[in-house]
Amino acid sequence: MRKVIGVLLIVSFAFFVFTLVMRDLWVEDPTAVRTLGQAAIEETIPQSGAANTVTAIVVQFRGLDTLGEVTVLFLSALGVALLSGEFAGRGLKEVFRDDGGFILYYGARLVLPIIILVGVYIVAHGHLSPGGGFPGGVLVATAVYAVLMTGVKKELSTRIMAVIEGFAGLAFVALGLLGLLSDRFSFLANILPKGSLGMVFSAGIIPLIYAAVGTKVAAELSTLVTSLTGSDYASADTTAQGGKR
Amino acid sequence: MISISAVLYSTSLILILLGLYGVLTRKNLIRVVISLDVVDLGVNIFLVTIGYVRDGRAPIYLADAQTSLADQASRMVDPLPQSLVLTAIVIGFGVTAVALTLLMRLYERKGTVMVSDLRGLKW
Repeated sequence: MRKVIGVLLIVSFAFFVFTLVMRDLWVEDPTAVRTLGQAAIEETIPQSGAANTVTAIVVQFRGLDTLGEVTVLFLSALGVALLSGEFAGRGLKEVFRDDGGFILYYGARLVLPIIILVGVYIVAHGHLSPGGGFPGGVLVATAVYAVLMTGVKKELSTRIMAVIEGFAGLAFVALGLLGLLSDRFSFLANILPKGSLGMVFSAGIIPLIYAAVGTKVAAELSTLVTSLTGSDYASADTTAQGGKR
Repeated sequence: MISISAVLYSTSLILILLGLYGVLTRKNLIRVVISLDVVDLGVNIFLVTIGYVRDGRAPIYLADAQTSLADQASRMVDPLPQSLVLTAIVIGFGVTAVALTLLMRLYERKGTVMVSDLRGLKW
């Protein structure tokens, strides 16, 4: 009965979406940009100096929105930490009880610097190539997660991570306030020198903001995963036994 | 001749419908969260497809290319939906993380994540 109702509901939903939204869209491929993106493509190099148009939109044309996005991610991490705080120490203890064995233990440590290096590269080249602060930060947090899977918990201090995260968020706001000091007098205005197209040191404040975003996302997601695994776990047993299997 | 847009639009529609069906019919709440992620993925594909341009390239300027910058600009796909999707992915991640944490709390309190076993809201 439930499945029949479900099928009926999604069929009617499909009918609505198809007739109202998609019917005109999928007749043929468009040959030109149809939205405000055309203006963004034209204004990217004169106004921001970045090679990646998407980054110019995210960090400069829509920079305030990105600040809100970072805030939402922070609230999400805060919510997870608050909700999982009560069962800290029990949490996912059953999941993370096993230390993963010899291969995972040393494999995670082997790939840890490589993953972090790739993440930092993606953050630093966010204005030149696909990527940026969010994917790069997630990648760095993935390295932390790989180590956490081996059962070691004490290597990551939540307090230090919180401090790093706070300073990264402050750096974002401070870079934005820098725009108020210029003659353009607007928040997040790109007042630093633009440099030449395609260089790592170009595009004014965009790489700096993405560095702040990358640091914040990495610290936030590391804390998030750590808080899910519980706080007083793995103090004695797994750290010592990890390599001996 | 089927256009690429048609393929991608239908893919996104199918993903959205599959996810909605999962949300409506599954009893295990973890599967409901996974279904919500499938809906999320379908919406993201839909948004990116809106920006598709025939023979378009990635909206990134190449400094040392043979073609001029104006010529590159005329062949780019729409960057605006891509930047929207970048935001949507991050928000989707946050929603999933909070939902799974709520499920952990629920399991700790009730000992189950099956909707049919949760009788707190029934009479």
